[in-house]
Amino acid sequence: MAASGTTLSDIVKRHEADLLVDWVAALRAADARRDDLIRESELREQCREFLSLFGPAVAAGTDDVRTAAWDPVRELLAGISRSRAQQGFSPSEIASFVFSVKRPLFARLRQELGGDGGRLADEVMAATAALDQLGLYTTEVYQTSREDVIRRQQQEMMELSTPVVKLWDGVLALPMIGTLDSGRTQVVMESLLQRIVETGAEIAILDITGVPTVDTLVAQHLLKTVTAARLMGAECIISGIRPQIAQTIVHLGVDLQGVLTKASLADAFAVAMRRKGLRVVKDAGRGSDVGGRGLDRT
Amino acid sequence: MPTTSPDAARAETLSIAVEADVVRVRQAVRTRAAALGFSIVDQTKVVTAASELARNTLKHGGGGHCRVEPVTAGGRVGLRLVFEDQGPGIPDVRLALTDGYTTGGGMGLGLSGSRRLMTDFDLWSEVGKGTRVTVAKWK
Ligand SMILES: Nc1ncnc2c1ncn2[C@@H]1O[C@H](COP(=O)(O)OP(=O)(O)OP(=O)(O)O)[C@@H](O)[C@H]1O
Ligand SMILES: [Mg+2]
Repeated sequence: MAASGTTLSDIVKRHEADLLVDWVAALRAADARRDDLIRESELREQCREFLSLFGPAVAAGTDDVRTAAWDPVRELLAGISRSRAQQGFSPSEIASFVFSVKRPLFARLRQELGGDGGRLADEVMAATAALDQLGLYTTEVYQTSREDVIRRQQQEMMELSTPVVKLWDGVLALPMIGTLDSGRTQVVMESLLQRIVETGAEIAILDITGVPTVDTLVAQHLLKTVTAARLMGAECIISGIRPQIAQTIVHLGVDLQGVLTKASLADAFAVAMRRKGLRVVKDAGRGSDVGGRGLDRT
Repeated sequence: MPTTSPDAARAETLSIAVEADVVRVRQAVRTRAAALGFSIVDQTKVVTAASELARNTLKHGGGGHCRVEPVTAGGRVGLRLVFEDQGPGIPDVRLALTDGYTTGGGMGLGLSGSRRLMTDFDLWSEVGKGTRVTVAKWK
């Protein structure tokens, strides 16, 4: 179909300027409320670039946009799609960037080939095939870029939600929050063991106040962590076992006999202090009110 | 008094194909149990049993689905959960229900523990066909 390929690309080339005007106008009309998201000059530049790449790609004679001839067009659209996804456009708004060139383009085809119904139909079909695939392609890029964002956020959350904090010299605490499924538990365990090595901590408190469900998998991970920490010379205390969790663990049949457990993180901390031979005493000279200097307490 | 919305009375089926589905099952079961007015302790028990059975469906049964179904009988309200898969099945059901028995490096407490956490417990399994565990908790 070399002859028809030439025609479509010729027409695009010859009418580039007025196609651009009509296309930009159509986009502006459709996205009136998007004025704030994208500047007219930027939009015009994107349209101009698309038209300048579309013509040569069509001229290559294939309307399968996955082929190398279409690489520059796909690259351009991928960039546009990604930046619009970030700007908050919806997938259909992004795809309509491509689809909205159809009307002005078909008008030019009609103007040029109007007399030859057969060829007009051929060109419209070829253009439609390519533009439809390109529209879908922008949706694919959109989807992938969203998935990347989700994956990155999950990764960040994993790290965010497992901070190992130092409560005192030699005393670490790991306040766990949320679901402890395989992937996360691995991160939790590794970061704790790492910190035990770095700090030479003797006591590590695993606080599960924020863990909604303790099933056999979570229990097994906890017990493995306790065992591994022990091998590295640190004793673990599991704290934050709420009454309903305690009852459930018992019914489940999980044996926490060999592990020191405490109801709250404060209780666990008190145990840790005692183990280290430390005591918290009240300063007799100071009042309990913030900022009080205790001067008037004689 | 918790309000029981019409939605809370409808049965719902959730697929179990990936790890995240186990979390979804837990959340759905917790929402239902809370809507039916279960105590916090009973909610926790039901959710924990659901977590065990959903993970078995995924890990041992190769995936399947879970039906979450509010039920009433003799004026009592309950929550029934049905876990079903078309996996390898369990050759010796009695053995599988023994505390500490595991073929997958677990604690071997999921099945037996779920039986203790729930009021009703029924296990059907046929080698080569699959496994169905039906449990219920009554208020
Ligand atoms: N849906 C199932 N399909 C096939 N085999 C199963 C299924 N559910 C349980 N089993 C078998 O029964 C055994 C006991 O299950 P159970 O849940 O008690 O322990 P587990 O899953 O091995 O460990 P965990 O304590 O972590 O749950 C499993 O190891 C497995 O061999
Ligand atoms: Mg199990």
